[in-house]
Amino acid sequence: MTAAISVKDLRVVRGRREVLHGLTFDVARGAVTGLLGPSGGGKTTLMRALVGVQAKVTGTVDVLGRPAGSPELRRRIGYVTQAPAVYTDLTVRENLAYFAAVVGAPKDDVDRVLATVDLEAYAGDRVDRLSGGQRSRVGLATALLGEPELLVLDEPTVGLDPVLRRDLWARFHQLADQGTTLLVSSHVMDEATRCDRLLLVRDGELVADDTEAGLLAATGTADVEAAFLAIVEQPEWGIPTVGPEEPGP
Amino acid sequence: MTPRILAATTKRVLLQLRHDRRTIALLLVAPTAIMALLAWMFSSTPGVFDHWGALLLGIFPLIIMFLVTSVATLRERSGGTLERLLALPEGKLDFLLGYGIAFGLAATVQATVVGAVAFGLLGLDVEGPALAVVLVAVLVAVLGSSMGLLLSAFASTEFQAVQFMPALMIPQLMVCGLFGDRSTLPRALELLSNVLPLSYAVDAMHLLQSGATLNGAFWRDVAVVAAFIVGILTLGAATLRRRTP
Repeated sequence: MTAAISVKDLRVVRGRREVLHGLTFDVARGAVTGLLGPSGGGKTTLMRALVGVQAKVTGTVDVLGRPAGSPELRRRIGYVTQAPAVYTDLTVRENLAYFAAVVGAPKDDVDRVLATVDLEAYAGDRVDRLSGGQRSRVGLATALLGEPELLVLDEPTVGLDPVLRRDLWARFHQLADQGTTLLVSSHVMDEATRCDRLLLVRDGELVADDTEAGLLAATGTADVEAAFLAIVEQPEWGIPTVGPEEPGP
Repeated sequence: MTPRILAATTKRVLLQLRHDRRTIALLLVAPTAIMALLAWMFSSTPGVFDHWGALLLGIFPLIIMFLVTSVATLRERSGGTLERLLALPEGKLDFLLGYGIAFGLAATVQATVVGAVAFGLLGLDVEGPALAVVLVAVLVAVLGSSMGLLLSAFASTEFQAVQFMPALMIPQLMVCGLFGDRSTLPRALELLSNVLPLSYAVDAMHLLQSGATLNGAFWRDVAVVAAFIVGILTLGAATLRRRTP
């Protein structure tokens, strides 16, 4: 099976500055791939390029077999921005009903995604009355509508309580097992443990593309944080040469 | 454009408006109160209220709808929801017409309420049919909405969006024929007023005040305003970008 995302020599210019410097990688289907790295490293710009909302992109960016930004991809990708892009003056249910109509999802999909993000009790509440964590779950719920094949989630677990965070990661893996491809960004290196495969991005460069185990073995470190430091401080390691593997069942 | 998405967008904008009770009150109460004040001010000077009341009824929605729409769409641009929608199957026309229709409906309610009070309670008298006055008011409201949609692209804060009101609307209000015949303006200003949409709305209102029949000149003015709306919305569509820096 071909990769869900195939990127070759991706470059992005913002203003006069090049912020992504020729990234090349694949993202396997039906797996959870973590996009890790410090803030300001280009994770969001990379995700925007994949979704097709970033201007001044060069290189080859194929998503689900189509060039990124193709109109037919719009209902096949669920995208959650870091600041939840939902209407704060509407209730949770009104938001979901609207986005469901836009993507053409069936009506009962609203209840399904409400259950997934555990917000049933808040369905009738206005979003501006919710906490930051609850709001980001509303954003996540909108992306799950219509069961998209690819989910691009920008820092979806920031500010969530540990129990909910664990439950969401479990949910991500459940979706992956059902064939959904997930690309999840985080600046918290601990979350690497939750991903099938990792992409480490720093200063617009891809510094690692490996599994957690492979990364630790290649760098001789005990955790991803240390591995990241090792790679950054001893660049001769470069990008581990292991190719993308098929995810386990 | 997809009818399902257009309908959903219209409904969503109306729902947002419904949640904002204070804005609804302002949309209905403010123009009614100003109309009553006008009637009271000129209660001992016959004819003045009939003249200014009708113009106020027709022109007031321009300002309110301009402000409401420019702030609402600016929020969509800066809050990320517009970008999110354009990454989904939402078409640019779904977005623009959704706003246009939703605020057009709000303006219809507004013009009907203010018109009912003005004609029914305050004794406003216009030669032409009252319904035609309401029609012009709704058209002017949609014109204001479309201008707000377009200009929100050039403001980066709500503060700036509100500043467009005096900067762009007041000069237009000055030369549109509210304060005397446009043909008496200096030639340059007359030419300027010829290319501004509000002039045609005011011309239509003047026709309603002077003649009782809805003649070709009235419908021509209405058509010109409608054409401006289409043109401004088309320009607005050009400012909606799927890919942004």
